[in-house]
Amino acid sequence: MSDRGQLKKTAHLSEVPAAWEAGPRGAKPRRLVSTRTIVVYGTLFVAAAYYLLPLYVMIVTSLKGMPEIRVGNIFSPPLEITFEPWVKAWSSACTGLNCDGLSRGFWNSVMITVPSTIISIAVASINGYALSNWRFKGADIFFTILIVGAFIPYQVMLYPIVIVLREIGLYGSLSGLVIVHTIFGMPILTLLFRNYFAGLPEELFKAARVDGAGFWGIYFKIMVPMSLPIFVVAMILQVTGIWNDFLFGVVFTRPEYYPMTVQLNNIVNSVQGVKEYNVNMAATILTGAVPLLVYFVSGRLFVRGIAAGAVKG
Amino acid sequence: MTGQATGRATTRAHPGRPGRLTRNLSAKIASIPMMLTAVVVFLGGTLWTVLYSFTSSKLLPRLKFVGLDQYERLWAAPRWLVSIENLAIYGIFSLIFSMVIGFVLAALMDQKIRFENTFRTIFLYPFALSFIVTGLVWQWLLNPEHGVQSVVRAMGWAGFSFDPLYNSSIVIYGILIAALWQGTGLVMCLMLAGLRGIDEDIWKASRVDGIPMWKTYLFVVIPMMRPVFVTTLVIIASGIVRVYDLVVAQTSGGPGIASEVPAKYVYDYMFQAQNLGQGFAASTMMLITVAIIIVPWAYLEFSGGRKRV
Amino acid sequence: MKIRSAIAGLAATVALPVAASHATDLEVTHWWTSGGEAAAVAELAKAFDATGNKWVDGAIAGAGGTARPIMVSRITGGDPMGATQFNHGRQAEELVQEGLMRDLTDVAERGNWKEIIRPASLLDSCTIDGKIYCAPINIHSWQWLWLSNAAFEKAGIPVPKNWDELVAAAPALQEAGIVPLAVGGQAWQANGAFDVLMLALAGKDVFLQVFGEKNAEVAAGPEMAKVFKAADDARRMSRGTNVQDWNQATNMVITGKAGGQIMGDWAQGEFQLAGLKAGEDYSCLPGLGVTEVIATGGDAFYFPQLDDEAKSKAQEVLAETLVDPKAQVAFNLKKGSLPVRGDVDLAAANDCMKKGLDILAKGNVIQWTDQLLSADSQKQKEDLFSEFFASATMSPEDAQKRFAEIIATAD
Repeated sequence: MSDRGQLKKTAHLSEVPAAWEAGPRGAKPRRLVSTRTIVVYGTLFVAAAYYLLPLYVMIVTSLKGMPEIRVGNIFSPPLEITFEPWVKAWSSACTGLNCDGLSRGFWNSVMITVPSTIISIAVASINGYALSNWRFKGADIFFTILIVGAFIPYQVMLYPIVIVLREIGLYGSLSGLVIVHTIFGMPILTLLFRNYFAGLPEELFKAARVDGAGFWGIYFKIMVPMSLPIFVVAMILQVTGIWNDFLFGVVFTRPEYYPMTVQLNNIVNSVQGVKEYNVNMAATILTGAVPLLVYFVSGRLFVRGIAAGAVKG
Repeated sequence: MTGQATGRATTRAHPGRPGRLTRNLSAKIASIPMMLTAVVVFLGGTLWTVLYSFTSSKLLPRLKFVGLDQYERLWAAPRWLVSIENLAIYGIFSLIFSMVIGFVLAALMDQKIRFENTFRTIFLYPFALSFIVTGLVWQWLLNPEHGVQSVVRAMGWAGFSFDPLYNSSIVIYGILIAALWQGTGLVMCLMLAGLRGIDEDIWKASRVDGIPMWKTYLFVVIPMMRPVFVTTLVIIASGIVRVYDLVVAQTSGGPGIASEVPAKYVYDYMFQAQNLGQGFAASTMMLITVAIIIVPWAYLEFSGGRKRV
Repeated sequence: MKIRSAIAGLAATVALPVAASHATDLEVTHWWTSGGEAAAVAELAKAFDATGNKWVDGAIAGAGGTARPIMVSRITGGDPMGATQFNHGRQAEELVQEGLMRDLTDVAERGNWKEIIRPASLLDSCTIDGKIYCAPINIHSWQWLWLSNAAFEKAGIPVPKNWDELVAAAPALQEAGIVPLAVGGQAWQANGAFDVLMLALAGKDVFLQVFGEKNAEVAAGPEMAKVFKAADDARRMSRGTNVQDWNQATNMVITGKAGGQIMGDWAQGEFQLAGLKAGEDYSCLPGLGVTEVIATGGDAFYFPQLDDEAKSKAQEVLAETLVDPKAQVAFNLKKGSLPVRGDVDLAAANDCMKKGLDILAKGNVIQWTDQLLSADSQKQKEDLFSEFFASATMSPEDAQKRFAEIIATAD
């Protein structure tokens, strides 16, 4: 992997991003509307329909009233558009005694996601940097353990982590939760950062060393500024993962810090009462809104960053 | 803790020198969180789990050893056997389909198409949604009474039958459909990124030589994308082994025990059945399987790294 | 004990200047999150707040799977809540043995719980080594067959009076396009339905021999073979249910898509919500109309050991509040469950609830499987019966063999 990567080390620093601006690189399409074009677009449209169908159903359903849901089929557009399910999901659906809907957990989710994302990315990027540029004996063993750790079901680690956090006195605090997210985000993020940094032109690193820059100097002055795409990728992955997390949020904190997903779980999983599909769907979309927004805004950077993080190795 | 001087003065350039411990000191200090995580949490947690799998721990971990009892019971449990079988089916199909679909979509996206951004966003957005949400939506879509089946029937195709979530023999494929919906977008992005990393000259050369496009993909491009496939594999495979929320949200393991998976067995026995020993035995079996496959491979794959200085 | 409460009292006085300015917050975790349940909890919170303290609500939906690991982690992690719901029975046993839960014997003695809490088995479930560790709050009984009068009218047959009549009516119902017996897909529902069938058809003695004494021979014997035969009928009658949640299955009975459902008394809330009247629109048969015995499962609150004296004091107040007659009535009417004391007036109860109260008054009660079996054995049973109910090929004989194996190793 590394040797293959090195074959292409002729690249100039500026070429990494530049290659991305150049756009698609597959075989050139022929000019006229050919069978090939039809096949290409046809397949893409069919695939797009498959991906969009559930979103369509979610939106349509969230705009219907319950009576209409009971009789109609799930694909038919609402006869009478109502925003009540949205209002209810956001501000009046009950979690036990607290009937203020998802809004209750929104800021908690922000408070959990922001520091967890920042710290886990900081730690993982330093790991990746150390692993790719400052390799020391034994580093690979730790990294291998990390990668294997990515395969361990989270639930299995609950007890050991409860014990560790209890021993260091951070159980139940927000910082404890941040540590947990940092730990579980570490394997994949470290892999991505390590691959990305390994793909950066070696000359840069050498030049900086000649200029007398040390570990942290190179990291902050050269690596970080050159790594916007991979930081964006890491941010997207972490925001999504942490925002959607339910298990850790609820096991490692107290009710006053419960994230939005706890309310979502309560709305969706309520064991009793009539299932209000419209409210469920609205709650689902509202909870997913933040990660979705992040995707829509930074989707372009995502592919570019992933390219850099995953391709070179 | 800048420690620049140490880091600078002692690097690989002087391999035989004494003071090996202080070499790369900054890097070592900076890696402490990683080492702690690897050793204390992942390794320590694993050993702890294995140790307690030999005990009769119920609600709380206690060191009352019972030998291999938990394992004997585990392998005699029909539900565990079904779980293993399901994971195998789900794993194999999920790997194949996400790789193939992801690659094909990426290859199509790479044909200088219009609206690339739109298509990419469409394929990728499900990844932003949690498995709980994914399971919920697909449970609904596949519900025979209001979902796809009823709609097709209403269109006049009365004999149409598509109820994977209520048919024991195909329920795992119903889960697969939802999993692919959620995850293939990311695979597509990874693959697309890989394709974009292929030198334009390769395509030129193959066109000059008159090699058909599919052959170029299969024999030239794909082998060149090995690193992408490795990253993708790690991401998909770790997701497969851990699959839990999706099953809970979509079928709760049903009908009967037809869509049970190992991670759910572990969780249910640890917490619902309050039999930690049994849950730990099950998770130890999962870990061993993963370790046998992953450790040698991971070490070979990742120990090379990049030779620097 | 006296010294302890004296210290507590002293601490309370010392802490008074602080405590007076703001009430003691007590975090209470539970998994009551549906409309009716939340309304019932609100009654408890109201009663507790009235004592000058403050109920901080920590509701988490999803009983066994979701909420319990969280509660246990919190307690073992050293950051316990003020009080937490468990089903009384054996769920919290080990936490008590580990010394993590608080001994309520003082409070119980002061409140004379031994006298007022009926049936006595409820308090037994809270007692470990002679000390009382929980405050029971309600009784939930599983032994009910709910029938849709409309469904039978549509099929042109009278509403069954017992299980056998329902089995006999099944073909007519199926002909009319009605599922005779709705059984939701989640494992606990098939398991519960089986236990109910067993108590009703094999009787109290066999039930206690199998689940109480864990007698595997009886479990493999002819009496149980009859029960498995009935379970086979139930399985055939449940074909086409196609729903997961119990209340969706109940909804099939409400709308006349299903003839009946075996489900606990909490199903009643669904009928009420739908505006149906007991006796007119739906019928209820306790003990499946065969053996009129109800089990005394239910919910209870446990109190983790806390260092904070003010909070400990508040825990005592909460425990007292929970068994207070007024709170009992208010809570149980909203919840649709039965109160834990015989001396309260439930005039507002409906027909089905009155039937339950009646059986309770006669003393026809039994401990339920949650109290008799460990959660582990229950889970194994769940796995077996959910597989059995969904399977087209597993014979009743095979199922009985596996059942006997579970009982042989049960604890």
